[in-house]
Amino acid sequence: MTATVSTTHQSSLERTKLIRASLTRRNMSEKIFRGLGLAAVVLALGFVALLFIDVGRKGIPAFTQSNLHLSVTFDPELIGVEPPPVQASGQSDADFQAADLKWQRSVAMLNWNKVVEASLRTLVPAGVEISSKDLLAIAETDARHEIRERFVADPSLMGKTIEMDVLASANAANWIKGNIDRSLPDSQQQLSAPARAVIDSMVASGAISNGFAWSILTNVDSRSAPASAGLLGAFVGTLYMMLIVIVLAVPIGVASAIYLEEFAPKSRLTDFIEVNINNLAAVPSIVFGLLGAAAFINYMHLPISAPIVGGLVLTLMTLPTIIIATRGALLGVSPALRQAALGMGASKTQMVFHHVLPVTFPSILTATILGVAHALGETAPLLLIGMKAFVASVPVTPFDQATALPVQIYLWQGNENRNFFEPRTAAAIIVLLLVMICLNGVAIYLRSRLEKRA
Amino acid sequence: MDMVAGKVKMTQQSVNSTMNPIDALERPIRLTARDVTVHYGAKQALHGISIDIPDRAVTSFIGPSGCGKSTFLRCINRMNDTIEGAKVGGTIKLDGEDIYDPQLDVVELRARIGMVFQKPNPFPKSIYENVAYGPKIHGLARSKADLDEIVVSSLRKAGLFEEVKDRLNEPGTGLSGGQQQRLCIARAIAVGPEVILMDEPCSALDPIATAIIEELIDELRENYTIVIVTHSMQQAARVSQRTAFFHLGNLIEEGVTEDIFTNPVNKQTQDYIMGRIG
Repeated sequence: MTATVSTTHQSSLERTKLIRASLTRRNMSEKIFRGLGLAAVVLALGFVALLFIDVGRKGIPAFTQSNLHLSVTFDPELIGVEPPPVQASGQSDADFQAADLKWQRSVAMLNWNKVVEASLRTLVPAGVEISSKDLLAIAETDARHEIRERFVADPSLMGKTIEMDVLASANAANWIKGNIDRSLPDSQQQLSAPARAVIDSMVASGAISNGFAWSILTNVDSRSAPASAGLLGAFVGTLYMMLIVIVLAVPIGVASAIYLEEFAPKSRLTDFIEVNINNLAAVPSIVFGLLGAAAFINYMHLPISAPIVGGLVLTLMTLPTIIIATRGALLGVSPALRQAALGMGASKTQMVFHHVLPVTFPSILTATILGVAHALGETAPLLLIGMKAFVASVPVTPFDQATALPVQIYLWQGNENRNFFEPRTAAAIIVLLLVMICLNGVAIYLRSRLEKRA
Repeated sequence: MDMVAGKVKMTQQSVNSTMNPIDALERPIRLTARDVTVHYGAKQALHGISIDIPDRAVTSFIGPSGCGKSTFLRCINRMNDTIEGAKVGGTIKLDGEDIYDPQLDVVELRARIGMVFQKPNPFPKSIYENVAYGPKIHGLARSKADLDEIVVSSLRKAGLFEEVKDRLNEPGTGLSGGQQQRLCIARAIAVGPEVILMDEPCSALDPIATAIIEELIDELRENYTIVIVTHSMQQAARVSQRTAFFHLGNLIEEGVTEDIFTNPVNKQTQDYIMGRIG
């Protein structure tokens, strides 16, 4: 009896020893795994931080612009035009319009650069000799248009002097912000020596000051006047495309997922469809661009470079993502809930819409937002349907020519005025990221609200 | 534990006092099943079940795991339709009407034959919404006041109203397990079914909650035909008037509960009741 007890005791001691030995091994591997996991998280966070710091460091300076405060004199000697026509009694509307148009044309034909130059001249310090070309290089080229527009709007300004802010040129802004090395020899500088001296004195006297760059948000792209190039056109283009994606891809995607998951009979056909949807999700996005060019532009004759085509292409690209994610969410609903609904005598449709969908709605929403965010940043397919064209207007409808935020980034990245457009590119990236964060914010807000209600 | 035992014993007494088990035999037959077979793909789960289920009495199905008792229960309101690859043969009639008739709408059938599941499965909605759902989809309430009345009376019949009357708008999933199961019973009652099927309704509950549900079943018997699947022979003995013993997909023996437990005819039934199989 005692012998058996002691052997049992012995073997249990032995077992404990074995368990302890295996424990050290297990604890070790657990520690290693945790360490690796933590390292992975830190690494990922590091890359994200690197991205944000780099983009922020480069892009935030682009959100300031150099404003040039000018006293513009509408000198009759420089602006040699007659006063605008007034509709005389008995003159027909058509005749008056013709006369007015003639007057406007004569105003447009004037060399307004002379007015710009004259007002810049007043700011040149004594003792500096500067050619008119060098002097005009300080103000952005569209300054003359702004001055002309003021005059057209109010011809009574003739002979008067007004205070006006215009943008300093991109090169001047580079010089002021220090985007160009001041110690470089004249031959490598973008501005002539006298122009640089004038700019420095203007900054010292307060004739040039820095302010928030509204131009980047309220202007369209520009090549002749790079300092005034903005994102509005691209932003509106992106907005139209996202609207199209949300309006088309979300209902179609969710409806197909519901049908395939809940109603479709399991057959070879549905299996085939499922495999194809999964494959579509893995098709490179540029292929969707080709498809869009062939189907929507060549065959359906939709306009080239238009957000409608971009939106359709991105819809096609987003559909598989939404379908797969929605099916996954539906599959995750517990059978108990389905049985409860069916057991109550709910029809299949009622089961899906009253019980299954409300439960899965948050995950469907998250998947949708991820899909839309992906589409928001997509560039490659848009290049193939002509959305990389230079468009200097805001699209009024989705059928107008436009570009998109990521494409605008791509275009600016390739601009030859490197030291001015590199910060602008980073600024555009910041705007794109902000749009994306807003989109995700809306999703998180909706999600938390819906979850509270459920 | 003593208290529970006392309560359970009391329930048993109340069963005995309200109804002579023999009475159940004289009640009209509500459900008739003839030669019911079920195949899951190639596997046969039920081999020709024939049974009569009397009106306004509790019939319990007992038997070891996998014996087909739940499968048969699920045939009665066609829940097996929802399982991929399940094929049901034979006939089941409710008041002489074939429930597998292709003309019959399964939605209507399930409104007449309610079901309570093994695990409490209230909808992730408010207590009120849980009970109101059935009447709403079946169009049973003409007005909001009507609906309120149905909800309150159903909760009362399920013995839950007093516990939840101040929090009807809170989620049903926030209740305790036993309360959730009574909510599911209230939900089933709200549609006004004729038959209530219960698939091991107490297997996920503690003894106190079980005793409460058993008492409730006993009260409901006065108005509803109840079929209950149970793992516990004691429960079958306590709540049912008739008992059917299933084994390996066959109906071995069926009769008045007292007879089955005290004087089983079949050897297998005897073995099961004595605890030799199961």
